Amino acid sequence: MKKPEESATTGADLLVKALIDEDVEVVFGYPGGAVLPIYDSLFKQNKLRHILVRHEQAAVHAAEGYARSTGKVGVVLVTSGPGATNAVTGLTDALMDSIPLVCLTGQVPTHMIGNDAFQEADTTGITRPCTKHNYLVKDVAVLPRTVHEAFYVARSGRPGPVVIDLPKDVLMNKHEYAAPKMPVQHKSYRPQTKPDQAKIEQAFELIAKAKKPVFYTGGGVINSGPKASKLLTQLVHLTGYPITNTLMGLGSFPASDKQFLGMLGMHGTYEANLAMYHCDVMINIGARFDDRITGKIAEFSPHSKKIHIDIDNSSLNKSVRVDLPIVGDAGMALEELIKLWKAKQPKVDQKALKAWWAEIETWRGRDCLAYTQGKEIIKPQYALERLYHHIKNKDHYITTEVGQHQMWAAQFLKFEQPNRWMTSGGLGTMGYGLPAALGVQIAHPEALVIDVAGEASIMMNIQELSTAAQYRLPVKIFILNNQYMGMVRQWQELLHGGRYSESYSEALPDFVKLADAFGATGLRCHEPDKLDDVIKEMIAIKGPVIVDVAVDKAENCFPMIPSGAAHNDMLLGPEDRATRQVSEEGMVLV
Amino acid sequence: MSPLETVSNHTIAVLVDNEPGILARVVGLFSGRGYNIESLTVALTDAEENLSRITIVTTGTPMVVEQIKAQLERLVPVHKVHDLTVEGPHIERELALVKVKGTGEKRAEALRLADIFRAKVIDTKTDSFVFEVTGTSDKVQTFVELMSSLGLVDVGRTGIVAMTRGGAAF
Repeated sequence: MKKPEESATTGADLLVKALIDEDVEVVFGYPGGAVLPIYDSLFKQNKLRHILVRHEQAAVHAAEGYARSTGKVGVVLVTSGPGATNAVTGLTDALMDSIPLVCLTGQVPTHMIGNDAFQEADTTGITRPCTKHNYLVKDVAVLPRTVHEAFYVARSGRPGPVVIDLPKDVLMNKHEYAAPKMPVQHKSYRPQTKPDQAKIEQAFELIAKAKKPVFYTGGGVINSGPKASKLLTQLVHLTGYPITNTLMGLGSFPASDKQFLGMLGMHGTYEANLAMYHCDVMINIGARFDDRITGKIAEFSPHSKKIHIDIDNSSLNKSVRVDLPIVGDAGMALEELIKLWKAKQPKVDQKALKAWWAEIETWRGRDCLAYTQGKEIIKPQYALERLYHHIKNKDHYITTEVGQHQMWAAQFLKFEQPNRWMTSGGLGTMGYGLPAALGVQIAHPEALVIDVAGEASIMMNIQELSTAAQYRLPVKIFILNNQYMGMVRQWQELLHGGRYSESYSEALPDFVKLADAFGATGLRCHEPDKLDDVIKEMIAIKGPVIVDVAVDKAENCFPMIPSGAAHNDMLLGPEDRATRQVSEEGMVLV
Repeated sequence: MSPLETVSNHTIAVLVDNEPGILARVVGLFSGRGYNIESLTVALTDAEENLSRITIVTTGTPMVVEQIKAQLERLVPVHKVHDLTVEGPHIERELALVKVKGTGEKRAEALRLADIFRAKVIDTKTDSFVFEVTGTSDKVQTFVELMSSLGLVDVGRTGIVAMTRGGAAF
């Protein structure tokens, strides 16, 4: 008989085995002293693929892109101290957008914790407010169980990032491997997924009797899985009601459908926001009444009965008081509603509905996204419309950075399916798009993955071009270059008398040469009539490409609900702005 | 003011896993989201299941308190959250140690008052007492105030622990 010592495995090996037991295929990471045992274990196996990023923040965003485009849990591996602190922005981003991640952080050996050791940081302390949950593993015996529990916590209920802090001695200590007990039975964490049937019936009654209804749905539908998006589409078609999506919810309902009003909120469409303002029944599924959506709370949809279905009880009645709060998974709730609708065949007030649609059509008629493309300068909206024209029949995924280009992308690219749109919604993290695109491309090697970027945002994680080059990831970076931090400039124009303090993109690199230096291809476009050719060329090139599109520097993103204003108080274009002042109350808001 | 805007005290009992960092999680939630903590007590209450009971007194409008409860329930190591103030009659107790220094009439008066408050003398020197007083926070506060003119040196208070009346748990 073998001595236990011989047959036992190290903590690092147990960790890798636990990841494989969780069907993890890829880990995004960056090595360092405290995680060397894990990297050694990774070296000795060939089931788990490791993608070496160039900055730990990018590892987290890449894992987010992977998670959002696949529905799986994204996995990150970073070292102690700076490795962990660099990951904090990504973790916060994932928390805000409810993205399931497991982030493994190295830690100094247990006996040195608290000694200000080299590359020591209080990782569980620092990440407590920016994770769904975190663990410090002090005993190798509980390491595999902790990993399985972390995956369970990350993916169930409202998903989110989970950190496991791993002291180096724990990684080197030995223990027997045991196959995990699945499913994980957690002591206390039992998210409610099945909605209360009585409440679903009440919701059904409200929906069936509505005269001016609107569906307002968000990322919760996407997080529930692709089936939920199908169910949503089915229910919306059954009812014949209008629907609007949040930034996070784009793709959960086909954008080309005539019942779709476009995105709502600060830069949402006129018709979507006015439908929200004037509706009599609001059906919120998997959205959270974010401040970008509601505008001025006191004047938010003043005449409506509000139904709110959310998997997170703390999202209910947080900022907007609703008439019917329902805790549960979006997909399960939709399934129940469809069942009821089919069984009871309610008689919707068709006359009222027709009048409501007629009202909506007049708002639609304002054509709030209109712009004028001249012969000289490329309008950013035009660039995106042309981009969409060339990619719409291809298997494509879009990521973005943060700012004007992001809002234009949300307005002008059409999302027909879920899990195709990766953008930093809650945290608004510049530098998100490129690493996220890498994660998406890893998950979908054959697909066309495009990062719609601004010239300022792209500089925040530009080092990841090196990762793209190393793994030959053919991501396309489509820069709308207006030589400004466009959204900052827009706000300075609107709120600060046009004093463009520090928002000018000075000393920009030559993006074509930059691409070349990283082993990618750089393209540039100034003229509107050459745009199509450049986009076609970008798509045709097999490797990573940067396209530097020089766009109108002065263009602003409209429509816009100025901060502190209500949905029925939108700015539709530059001519609107001149006549109105933003309130002092609004100035304080971000 | 409508009842929806009225700010009032709520006593919340939270049953949690007794694990490192749990108190930081709870306190961090309150500070991070700008909720008040008027009083907080925590101790292991179930050694077998390794559970601790945290009692928090907080203030807020009904909507805020509802939100606090939901946020607490969302923490992974939290088993149960009960808003005792909302759920029905409950009792609250606090314990204080009160040190008083003095001689002569003041010393005698301190002892007489302690007797009225059913405070116990748990340490004495010829010129000092340490009283142990138990009761509602109001009673403890009144006792401390009375002692302030009689040579009060130090006060230590536990904060509130609370429980529902009757036989049901919590």
